[in-house]
Amino acid sequence: MSNLELVFKEKSKRILNVYCTAGYPALDSTMKVMASLQKNGADIIELGMPYSDPLADGEVIQLSSMKALANGMNIAVLFEQIQDMRKSISIPVILMGYMNPILQYGFEAFCKKAKEVGIDGLILPDLPLFEFEDSYGKIIKENGLDFIFLVTPETPDQRVKKLDSLSNGFLYAVSSSATTGKDKDFNVVAQYLQKLQALQLKNPILVGFGIKDKATFDAATVHTQGAIIGSAYIQQLSKGGDIETITSQFLNSVLSA
Amino acid sequence: MPLFNVNENYQNPTAEGYYGAFGGAYIPEMLYGNVETLKTQYLQIMQDPSFQAEFQQLLKDYVGRPTPLFLAERLSKEIGATIYLKREDLCHTGAHKINNTIGQIILAQKLGKKKIIAETGAGQHGVATATVCALKGMECVVYMGEKDIERQAPNVARMKMLGATVIPAKSGSKTLKDATNEAIRAWINEPNETHYIIGSVVGPHPYPDMVARFQSVISEEIRKQLKEKTGTELPTHVVACVGGGSNAAGAFYHFLNEPTVQLVAVEAAGHGVHSGLSAATTQLGTPGILHGSKSIVMQTSDGQVVEPHSISAGLDYPGIGPLHAYLYESKRGTFLSATDEEALESAFHLSKIEGIIPALETAHAFSVLPKMNLKASDVVVVCLSGRGDKDLATYMEHL
Repeated sequence: MSNLELVFKEKSKRILNVYCTAGYPALDSTMKVMASLQKNGADIIELGMPYSDPLADGEVIQLSSMKALANGMNIAVLFEQIQDMRKSISIPVILMGYMNPILQYGFEAFCKKAKEVGIDGLILPDLPLFEFEDSYGKIIKENGLDFIFLVTPETPDQRVKKLDSLSNGFLYAVSSSATTGKDKDFNVVAQYLQKLQALQLKNPILVGFGIKDKATFDAATVHTQGAIIGSAYIQQLSKGGDIETITSQFLNSVLSA
Repeated sequence: MPLFNVNENYQNPTAEGYYGAFGGAYIPEMLYGNVETLKTQYLQIMQDPSFQAEFQQLLKDYVGRPTPLFLAERLSKEIGATIYLKREDLCHTGAHKINNTIGQIILAQKLGKKKIIAETGAGQHGVATATVCALKGMECVVYMGEKDIERQAPNVARMKMLGATVIPAKSGSKTLKDATNEAIRAWINEPNETHYIIGSVVGPHPYPDMVARFQSVISEEIRKQLKEKTGTELPTHVVACVGGGSNAAGAFYHFLNEPTVQLVAVEAAGHGVHSGLSAATTQLGTPGILHGSKSIVMQTSDGQVVEPHSISAGLDYPGIGPLHAYLYESKRGTFLSATDEEALESAFHLSKIEGIIPALETAHAFSVLPKMNLKASDVVVVCLSGRGDKDLATYMEHL
């Protein structure tokens, strides 16, 4: 059983996955942010590898990526920073990023190194199903990494089932077709999540895009096992200040009973 | 006479959109529905008689096709070969871009779309898109780099006059690359009612193939016109400038599988290929993924896309269409480049000896003619992709 699967086995509701951009706000913030997220109640960390042209990301995450790149972040630097992360981070860590920087690093070398430092899974939004099945999926699996596909309200049921069957750990339900950081109508989202629930998928579902506070987290987790917060947390970090204080205030507000 | 290896794959990418190792559709799931619909329907719609009837009629009566193939006598004498100019600059809106937008707007209507989005660099594609949207009464939003908005003011004014909304792309280098990112993000945010008219042979499959097919009217006409003028359909060379590569794809298309025809693509070398301020993608790039397809991309060793430079906004792009990447890799195409300064010189020179003021993009294609070691028996077609009105501000600085 993978670490991701264990999380869902131990806790079936209100799982919180928080996105952070590697090398943001400062180059050496990566480990501090991750430690803070773990300490303050995140169940999973989604660690973003910055890219110059992130198509699926809204302005907040784009800006954090630009800053991280300007700070000197790249995949090789990131692997150095997280070389010993398993001495302090016990919750699952997923790498999120775009294909181009990974291809330049070397896809196989990337998967091997990710596994070596203790990464649990990958989210690669611009790796499509065809390419996954044709070549890359095999390399990911051989290196013992979980792969998480995205599904949207426009994804046909048959395709949702297919993407679910190829995913491990969880399935990432995008709350509506949109880039990150946009507000959503949660009544519409709820209907969509109910529909997903009815498909009786293999994987638990985490919903992302538009989850920004307690209200949206509560609404999103009625019909799913948990949710993913990205832009709202990055927005808090962008204001500056002590990472631990920002993180504890933000996560406490989201998770408060 | 040189013989080039040909491959039927040049005109027909695989079902997944590959030309050799280049192409594909590297898109987030949010775009899957739209791209899949296009992928399964574009060929069928384009081959439909009602589509073809409307497309051909608009190309004739609205765009003004066929565009002339003009024997440039003074230029020919100077170069020492027979030079024909394919006058895409005489198309309605001043460039070849409208061939594609006419095709895509009819396609968008057949798909039941209500709104159009587009990216633009020099503004020619934006104007061509705004024009067809006005023609069809569809809402039009054009994304344009903030830097390009400044240097292409007349085209911004044209788009607004045609009823389009122009949204400045403020991310990254604030040029064509970022305008394309913004357009793709906008499409992600409202996928159902919107069609994205990409202006070049770039983007996820089926865009490169679809745009190449719409632009292929250029080489279809060249073959007929050359036959009338010279008795043979085939020139020895076809020369075109390449940013993303739509006019080149159109000018090359019906010669791709003609082994005697040398295809010459001219990239923008900016201040010089290795100056650090260049947009000569094949010379400086490596295989990578940009805007949804695998191609040759100008990037750092860790895979961040770099900011290109060209005096011409339309060539200021760090990638190239996957068809061209394949032409380059397979050596079917000859890739040359021209600097900002050479392009400016060519623009002034062509104006003086032929009475034609070309677009800055197009001027790059003329810069390589003296370097091609052409023979008297050579018959060269240069794709005169656009006219220079939009570049007058730049030209005035160098008068």
